[in-house]
Amino acid sequence: MRGRETDSAVRRAFCAAAPHTAPIFAGFWFLGLTYGIYMNAAGFSFWYPLGMSLAIFAGSMEFVTVGLLLGAFHPLQAFAMALVMGARHIFYGLSMLERYSGTGWKKGYLIFGMCDESFSINYTAEIPPGVDRGWFFFFVTLLNHFYWVFGATLGGLLGQVIRLDTEGISFVMTAMFVVIFLEQWKKEREHMGALLGVLLPLCCLLLFGAERFLLPAMGAILLALTLLRGRLSKGVRT
Amino acid sequence: MTLWQQLTTIGAVVAGTALTRFLPFLCFPAKRRVPDYVRYLGRVLPAAVFGLLVVYCFREVSLFEGSHAIPELIAVLVVVLLHRWKRQMLLSIAGGTLCYMALVQLVF
Repeated sequence: MRGRETDSAVRRAFCAAAPHTAPIFAGFWFLGLTYGIYMNAAGFSFWYPLGMSLAIFAGSMEFVTVGLLLGAFHPLQAFAMALVMGARHIFYGLSMLERYSGTGWKKGYLIFGMCDESFSINYTAEIPPGVDRGWFFFFVTLLNHFYWVFGATLGGLLGQVIRLDTEGISFVMTAMFVVIFLEQWKKEREHMGALLGVLLPLCCLLLFGAERFLLPAMGAILLALTLLRGRLSKGVRT
Repeated sequence: MTLWQQLTTIGAVVAGTALTRFLPFLCFPAKRRVPDYVRYLGRVLPAAVFGLLVVYCFREVSLFEGSHAIPELIAVLVVVLLHRWKRQMLLSIAGGTLCYMALVQLVF
C-alpha cells in the first residue's frame, strides 16, 4: 500500500516537473547537437561528447574544454578555468540552500546537476500542492541532464552524416538568458539588482575584455550588493 | 595528448565544476544557521547573475567591427517583444534564435 502511494507520488512529481523543462528540451537539444557536431569536427568520436556531457554537465564549459583538449596538457589550468566559468554556481547554491534541504539522497545529484537551467527552473517554479518537492527537483534536473546528453551524443554521431548550416544557433543560449532575465524582472518590485547585473559586467567587459571580465564582474556585483544591503533588503519578493 | 592526459583534463574540469556547485552546501550544512548576509545574497544575487549571463552571451560581439552587433540587437528585440506579447518561453527563444540565424546566414 505504502509502495503504491510512493509510486503515484513519484509519477505526480514527474508530471508536474516535465512541462517546466519543455523550453530546455528544445534549447539543450539544439545546443547539445551543435556541441556534438563541434566536437566531431574537432576530431573527437561521439564517446567524448557523451562522456563529457554526462560528467561535466555545464554547457559553456564543455565548449571551452574542447579547446583545452586540443591544446597542451595542463590540468591545473583546466581546473582553474572550470572554477572561473562555474563561479556563478556558488551564487546559485546560496539561493538553493533552503530549497534543496530535506531532499534526502537526491540532494547530491540535485547539487551536481545544478546547471543554469536546472537552477532557474527549480528556483522559480511554484510547485503545485501535493507534489513532493524533492522528486520535482530531481526530475527537472534529470530531464535536463538527459536532454543535454542526448543532444550532445546525437550531435557527435550525426556530425559526419549531416551537413546543416547551423551558423547562429548558439543564439539559443542568449535568447534563453534574456527570457529568464525578463521573467526575473517581472517578479521583482525593486530592479536595482537586475540593473547592476547588466551595467557592472558591461563596464568590466569594456575594461577587461571578453577573456577576463567575468571574475571582476562578479566581484563588482558582490561588492555593490553588499554596499546596497540596507536599501535592497526589503525590495525583493521572496 | 594521450588518452590518459585527456581523461585527466576532463577530470579536472569535472572537479572544478562540481566544486563550485557543492561549495555553498558544504560550507552551510542544514543544521548550521545561514548568516543573514548570505541569505540576503542568495535572494538578491540571482537577478544580477542573470543580467551577468546576458552580458556574458554578448562578450564576443563588437559594436565597431563586423556587422556592428545589428543582428544581435534585432534578435534580442524580437525575443523581448515576443515575450511581452505571448509570454511563452519556448516561443520567445525559438523566434529569436530563428530570426538571428536568418539574419547571420542570409543578410549579414
